[in-house]
Amino acid sequence: MTTTTDQTTMNPEVIALGDPNLSFSFAERRTMMNFIQTLILWILAGIAAIPLISVLYMLISRGGARISMSILTELPPAPFEQGGGIGNAIVGTLVMVAIASVISIPIGVLGGVYTGLINPNSRFSATVRFVGKVLTGFPSILSGVFVYAWLVIVMKTYSAVAGGLSLAILMLPTILLTSEQAFRMVPQRMKDAAYGMGCNATQVATRIVLPTALPGVMTGVMLAVAGASGESAPLLFTALFSNYWIGSFTEPTASLSILIYNFSAMPYENQIELAWTASLVLVLIVLVFNILSRSFGTRRV
Amino acid sequence: MAKTSKPVPPSNGSVSRPPTAFEYGYDKSFRFLTFFAGLLIVVLLAYIFWKIGGQAAPAMRQYGLSFLTTVEWNPNTNEFGILAEIWGTLYSSFLALIFGGGLGIAVAIFLTQGFLNARLAWVFRLIVEMLAAIPSVVFGLWGIYVLIPAIRPMASWLHDTLPFIPFFSTNLAGPGMFPAMIVLSIMILPTVAAISQDAFKAIPMKIQEAAYGMGTTKWEAIRKVIIPTASGGIFASLVLGFGRALGETMALAMLIGNSQQVSLSLFSPATTLASLLASTFPEAGANQIGPLMYAAVALLVITMAVNIIGTIIMSYTSRQTVT
Repeated sequence: MTTTTDQTTMNPEVIALGDPNLSFSFAERRTMMNFIQTLILWILAGIAAIPLISVLYMLISRGGARISMSILTELPPAPFEQGGGIGNAIVGTLVMVAIASVISIPIGVLGGVYTGLINPNSRFSATVRFVGKVLTGFPSILSGVFVYAWLVIVMKTYSAVAGGLSLAILMLPTILLTSEQAFRMVPQRMKDAAYGMGCNATQVATRIVLPTALPGVMTGVMLAVAGASGESAPLLFTALFSNYWIGSFTEPTASLSILIYNFSAMPYENQIELAWTASLVLVLIVLVFNILSRSFGTRRV
Repeated sequence: MAKTSKPVPPSNGSVSRPPTAFEYGYDKSFRFLTFFAGLLIVVLLAYIFWKIGGQAAPAMRQYGLSFLTTVEWNPNTNEFGILAEIWGTLYSSFLALIFGGGLGIAVAIFLTQGFLNARLAWVFRLIVEMLAAIPSVVFGLWGIYVLIPAIRPMASWLHDTLPFIPFFSTNLAGPGMFPAMIVLSIMILPTVAAISQDAFKAIPMKIQEAAYGMGTTKWEAIRKVIIPTASGGIFASLVLGFGRALGETMALAMLIGNSQQVSLSLFSPATTLASLLASTFPEAGANQIGPLMYAAVALLVITMAVNIIGTIIMSYTSRQTVT
């Protein structure tokens, strides 16, 4: 590193072989530490990947073993009964997620239009944004407690509507924040051009920004739907469970997640097998919506 | 912004015309509709507090603060206390924060600091994101039938060899704090990893290059330059991960054992506020609803406080990195 450096770097032989002072050797403590830390990081990353691999393996081997058309279309079995299926739980989950979407998508997207487009820098928008961020960390079970206190006590019955409403509360912040983000991603000059043409704020929002930002909005919606399909805690005392097909929106309704919860604690092998099959179906539903959200996201403006 | 819809006098011979009354009203009502949607979201949060608080008020008056400091939960004698639940909630979340938070930060470093080529990094990112997509109840099922049998030999070995350490003072009979903590760690890992990745990505490349230029090894740069620079975002990710762990319900209701006791032991069954609600609410008698609502208020206050702190830290640090 002293005066010799100049001479050695000028030497063509040294240039070909590399400067011995810059050589890579494990004998040096710093290099060794670097290697050890990298190794530890690889091990930690490996540990982080184990649970997912184990869960997927179990879902495919235990859940996949029982999967068949009759499982997907039959009603859950009574204790000691063999066979049976999870048909009503699949329908119930989809119905409640649909109810939740109908409630939360308009509110979330319109709220996003206000905070992202109509009046982004106002104090009110900042408040809405803040409430949205806080709500993303809202414990899902409290959404169930709230809907119980608000709706179930009044209606005097557990119902699909109450279940859907509790899921809607959990979907709302995701839709709000991602759609706001999507509206802000629309280039300012597109909005300016539309205003310059004499459009009013509504026309800019509905004709220019919404169509342009639609992929981003759909990403958020699909993510929210995926999250809601996997939720179980809020359904425990809003939709409860039912062993029969859904007849109306105002009666207790089955869902895949509550079926898994109930059957996992049962001492019967048949029910436990069904819980694994239901888990496989539930994970597939969640993954389908996740993949959909991704496929929208790639078509960026 | 842009208030373009004021009526202007018509100009003859021009293609432009002032908005009709219908267009004017349509614009006004649409804007009001979006404002109303935003308002609804704010009102919703306030209404949640008011509604749960209102249901809990009678129980709060009846049991007072001793509710928070006693352990007994006995519907037959009308004795209710949630000290064990508060302890279990904080203890399990804290343990999960140590393990899941550490792993999450490790994953974030692994993914952002060039340890993998682009394709492998994509696969690994997918693995972590899928971890976040697995429903809590599926992790609960996995915990009962895969995790608990797998860790039982290790737990009994630790108990047999080191019974004098308070963490290992009881044997793992089945459900308990330890399996619950592991599943909770898995569930907060994606949250911590995602938010700290954003913090790492926000660091300008030249800071890293300056460190290498000084002759640091990769890890010296990570430890002494990258992590301190991203520390605000990492801290926010840990606080938000902690908030997530506090409110997590189903996996804990299935794995923690639901037993009212305050214990340091990792292998004894415990309980949390969320799992108390999950396991007691569906079959609760009339006298239990009030105390359960009181417990819900306790959970609401704890989680909202942690989440608000995390959100504020995150908005503060992200504003800092931009400028």
